[in-house]
Amino acid sequence: MQRVIASIYQAIDEFNALAPASRQLEKSPATVLFGEGGRLDSLGLVSLILDVEGRIQADFDAAVSLADDRAMSRRSSPFRNVATLAEYIVELLGVNQGG
Amino acid sequence: MGSPRVVLVTGASRGIGAGLVTHFLDQGDTVVGCSRQQADRSHARYRHFTLDVADETAVTRMFHTTQESCGPVDLLVNNAGVAAMNHAVLTPIETVHRIFDTNVLGTFLLCREASKVMRRAGFGRIVNFSTVAVPLRLEGESLYAASKAAVEMLTRILAKEFAPWGITVNAVGPSPIRTDLVAGVPPARMDALIARQHIQEWAEVPDVANVVEFFARPESRFVTGQVVYLGGF
Repeated sequence: MQRVIASIYQAIDEFNALAPASRQLEKSPATVLFGEGGRLDSLGLVSLILDVEGRIQADFDAAVSLADDRAMSRRSSPFRNVATLAEYIVELLGVNQGG
Repeated sequence: MGSPRVVLVTGASRGIGAGLVTHFLDQGDTVVGCSRQQADRSHARYRHFTLDVADETAVTRMFHTTQESCGPVDLLVNNAGVAAMNHAVLTPIETVHRIFDTNVLGTFLLCREASKVMRRAGFGRIVNFSTVAVPLRLEGESLYAASKAAVEMLTRILAKEFAPWGITVNAVGPSPIRTDLVAGVPPARMDALIARQHIQEWAEVPDVANVVEFFARPESRFVTGQVVYLGGF
């Protein structure tokens, strides 16, 4: 989990480098990403997902698709905050490694 | 986008694609080409990947390798395409898959991966390939034209989705050009097709390159989601 969170933080650094001041994200598990109280609009979420997928690919040598039908059909969104995103990625990596 | 640019051309080994590779090399650009065939070209500024544009893993790897060795792609030219001219009732389902895999899935995949690297650069130009068979609704080319109509719609919607990242997406629709794609078509049929154009001549690769270069110019930053047909329709 800690490695995944570290990757997300690196992705947040990459995201912040391109994002306007009003959309900068804090590196914390509690940072709300999308939805009520979130700092990202839909385009910002797409950009962050691209950065996170890129980091996971580089750090874990694993191609994950974070916004596939599985993620979108969940009752609670994995994109709510950094912690839920990390949990979702751990789950995906577990599936990848097992399968 | 200054010169030299990094240009990626799909379907680079034959026909229009090979002609465009020569054009870009002549401009001083670094050119990455891909096709299912091996390259018979050797040039210091040319790198070739032998792959199927519908192969997600191979396409992703090509972008990764290109990024590492050449930097971000400035211009993607989605030229790879297959055609099959036949009456719809005689067309096998395998042909349908082959046409849509290369023309639609391949175009989408290349656009998607290119947008990832162009987003980081804050600049990018994507030129997709349609055909005059779309506005002409050519009988005998239902699947080819349908696949290219899909490419046109992809072009228009991706233009919207990629605009915030400084990426334009346009398409060129060539009129008939003497390539392998039309080599098997009876001459009388090609003559009848060309007779429907305002400019009743065979087009040539430089005519296509001219439109691609117009879309690629930095000054064309406000030109996106457009389809330009050659020959006049």
